[in-house]
Amino acid sequence: MRIGYYPGCSLTSSAREYDESVRAVCEVLDLTLVEIPDWNCCGASSAHVASEELALSLRARNLALAEAAGLDEILAPCAACFSRLASASVELADNPQKCQAVSEVVGMPYSGGVKVLNMLAVLERFKDEIAAKTDQSFRHKVACYYGCLLVRPTKVAQFDRVEDPQSMDQIMAAAGAKPVRWSSKTECCGTGLSTITRTELVANLSGRIVADAAKREAVAIVTACPMCQTNLDMRRPEINQKLQEEHRIPVLYVTQALGLAMGIDPQRLGLHRNMVPVELPEPEPEVVTTDDDDED
Amino acid sequence: MSSISHHDRQTTSLANKIQEVTGVALQNCYQCGKCAAGCPVAGDMEMPSCQVLRLLQYESPDYDRRVLESESIWLCLSCDTCHSRCPQTINTPKVMYFLREEAVRQGLAHPKSKDAQAFHKAFLGSVARHGRLHEIGMLMNYKVRTGHLFQDMTLGSKLYQKGKLELLPHGVEDKAAVKKLFKRTTGNKE
Repeated sequence: MRIGYYPGCSLTSSAREYDESVRAVCEVLDLTLVEIPDWNCCGASSAHVASEELALSLRARNLALAEAAGLDEILAPCAACFSRLASASVELADNPQKCQAVSEVVGMPYSGGVKVLNMLAVLERFKDEIAAKTDQSFRHKVACYYGCLLVRPTKVAQFDRVEDPQSMDQIMAAAGAKPVRWSSKTECCGTGLSTITRTELVANLSGRIVADAAKREAVAIVTACPMCQTNLDMRRPEINQKLQEEHRIPVLYVTQALGLAMGIDPQRLGLHRNMVPVELPEPEPEVVTTDDDDED
Repeated sequence: MSSISHHDRQTTSLANKIQEVTGVALQNCYQCGKCAAGCPVAGDMEMPSCQVLRLLQYESPDYDRRVLESESIWLCLSCDTCHSRCPQTINTPKVMYFLREEAVRQGLAHPKSKDAQAFHKAFLGSVARHGRLHEIGMLMNYKVRTGHLFQDMTLGSKLYQKGKLELLPHGVEDKAAVKKLFKRTTGNKE
């Protein structure tokens, strides 16, 4: 199988380990990633500050490039890129006139047919293969953390349940993991504008998520978003200072966690790049079930 | 809050502009407060989302100004929790975005918003030049713009050691296409 691939800017630099682990896991799953030739930045949350038209055209150029390369589905592992590209895809699919107008600005034809998928939506298709490619010994309690952009806004994401999503829990369970039940799955880590400009707010919001995962006795937080990963992992010193606690729970990309369960070399998964050291304890004994939730 | 009569309403109120530009009808809000209840930063705002919407419903110049001058509109994280839970499906994050842009246009933006504005400028500058974001270049530009030269210095060196910062930009091949796109949509403001 093959699918279009849009790494996005973060995955070429600060979230390089996400790109590395996506490629490693997709190789095991026999999914060929075809990188969109000459893709550009999706504009993130900054482009439409300058102009709505700029924001739409930056995203549309990527869709047009994908279409020209014969790709009708593209995987955008970064949750923010996914959200931006999917919103353009949805907006243009419903509006042939807008499609034509933006095609002219971009200088490339776009007919509106490219579908954008997030990492979980793609992995969900491979649950059986994931189960088959793992020896089910990755019996770790994990806290599956979705954040905002994979499920909201619902019209854009068109994915999973908005309040209590299940896809990542099921993907991790297929790999043998024991996802914990917790209520911070879709809480905001605080990225928005404040990653750089208001770090004290981030420590507060991300701190609640880290503390909740630790309280549920998860040994790792699993995420599919570079902003969430960065806030929970890179901002850990500020989080611990804010909470006056010493939380050492690592924050893994879903593909890093799956890669470990598949027995892929940690170096290939970029585990050495995580800021909080990834040291998992002994797996849970085989008899423990997913529903064992003694906190409730 | 001073009292206000309906006779003070303006025809070019923010509520009107919001409806025109974003399509969001603020009069649909009946003040249930669910947006503020789920908002992760409501506690840090001088007026949470439902109060912003309420003030705008009055369509009074004084209240409009109070909203535009507030820090609250800059704290919205666009997490969309309010929107996804609103019984009237009011797109509050979209309203907040509009309010920020309007505050900048009218020169009323809260002083604490300067960093956010500098961030967007640095971000877009990098994308206009390279077609992709060059993180370290963008951060350096942001630091110069804001004067936060030494913020996160140790973090920066740690990231570099982890191979997470690219010193040289890896942009798109077709830089002319991206430049043209910027020019056509922004008049080359960036």
